[in-house]
Amino acid sequence: MSGESAILFHSSNYAMWAVDVLKQAQIGHKLIPVPRELSSDCGYCVRIETVNADGVTELLNSENIEFDRIENI
Amino acid sequence: MIYFDNAATSFPKPMQVTDAVVDYMTKIGANPGRAGHIQSVRAGEIVFETRKKIARFFGVKSPMNAVFTSNATEALNTAVKGLLRDGDHVITSAMEHNSVLRPLKRLEEHGMITLTLLDGDERGVLSVEEVLKAIKQGTRAIVLNHMSNVTGTVQPVREIGELCRSKGILMILDCAQSAGIIPVDLCADHIDIACFAGHKGLYGPTGTGGMVIRDGFNFDSITPLKEGGTGSLSDKTVQPAFMPDKFESGTLNVAGIAGLSKGIDFLNSLPEGLKSVQLHKQTLQKYFIEKAKKHIKGFVTQSETDGYGVVSFIIVGLSVSEVTMKLSDRYGIMSRQGLHCAPTAHRRIGTFPEGTVRFGFSVFNTRDEVDIALKALKEIAGGN
Repeated sequence: MSGESAILFHSSNYAMWAVDVLKQAQIGHKLIPVPRELSSDCGYCVRIETVNADGVTELLNSENIEFDRIENI
Repeated sequence: MIYFDNAATSFPKPMQVTDAVVDYMTKIGANPGRAGHIQSVRAGEIVFETRKKIARFFGVKSPMNAVFTSNATEALNTAVKGLLRDGDHVITSAMEHNSVLRPLKRLEEHGMITLTLLDGDERGVLSVEEVLKAIKQGTRAIVLNHMSNVTGTVQPVREIGELCRSKGILMILDCAQSAGIIPVDLCADHIDIACFAGHKGLYGPTGTGGMVIRDGFNFDSITPLKEGGTGSLSDKTVQPAFMPDKFESGTLNVAGIAGLSKGIDFLNSLPEGLKSVQLHKQTLQKYFIEKAKKHIKGFVTQSETDGYGVVSFIIVGLSVSEVTMKLSDRYGIMSRQGLHCAPTAHRRIGTFPEGTVRFGFSVFNTRDEVDIALKALKEIAGGN
């Protein structure tokens, strides 16, 4: 569970919303350009520590923030 | 210069609104949601923060349910043309602006919908009973002006919204004139979609507006007015189906949205929020109307004494264009004459086709300015 993961969204609007919620929950994160190997989208995704992935998934679901998937990076 | 044309667009804007526009233009400048670089992220943050503020302002939980458009007209066109289907019956009021009437009339002329236009009372105010009587098999929606841009007349939105909800009828509210003056809560007021102007009572720049959709509303039922680049699902050639991207094709007016954000902050910073706005406008309106009735020969108003800063009036014997031209040229007072893009409202209050002179007050107008206008009108009207 060590390392980092990227949360991919269908739209940067949801990435912004996720950042807002993660900030409030005081969970470490950073907006980064979407890695080309993960998606052809031109926007950004949210990097988190992989160890927090389950908790973040639960949090985003509870706030109805739709995301595409979480990938190890 | 005295600016009393705030019902068309407010001026001046709070300084922080102008500063935010300049900040974006000089320090950020990038396109939100279209790239991963830091300037694009900053632009995206401005848009998201404003979206969140708008959603909260209209009592909606999901920030994604706040859609930015270029004005209230675009939002109303999206809601009306996007939601209505063949065979729908729609109810509206005589007090509507052309931004509602024209899209509805076009759909009616094309045989797509049937339309009932309710007169309301002598001021154009609808009652629940009148709406109830107009509901029939196939009534799909009511499109209602919250606050008239001609007279300032306010509709009983919550009561009509409650009726619509109980009958399964959609409620689309035109808040172009009311947003920033009268609180609108989509949940408590039983409204499905509220369309607002960002540049009037919200004190944002021109070119801002939007559509707020209530939480839980099936937005799949709304066809977007425009389609195109959204910065999302760029590998697909079909429009994204999710909010707000579905309705936000093309680069947003980020400079305007940055200003709008600060306009909302300005309203929230007032000691009693919108109550402060209401009190200020009511005070000016009452003062103006009472003095004008007493001192200006031939002054007749179509607005209530206790309204929220939209005053229509005529001076008997003078054309409205003559009055506004003299106010502007001789006294530096900006007002608006004519039909204010609301022909049926003027028919309802008996001022069609000549129209009225309209004063629209803002929180920045003062009693001293009203005194100057009263003196000017007295001279223009002559006599006494």
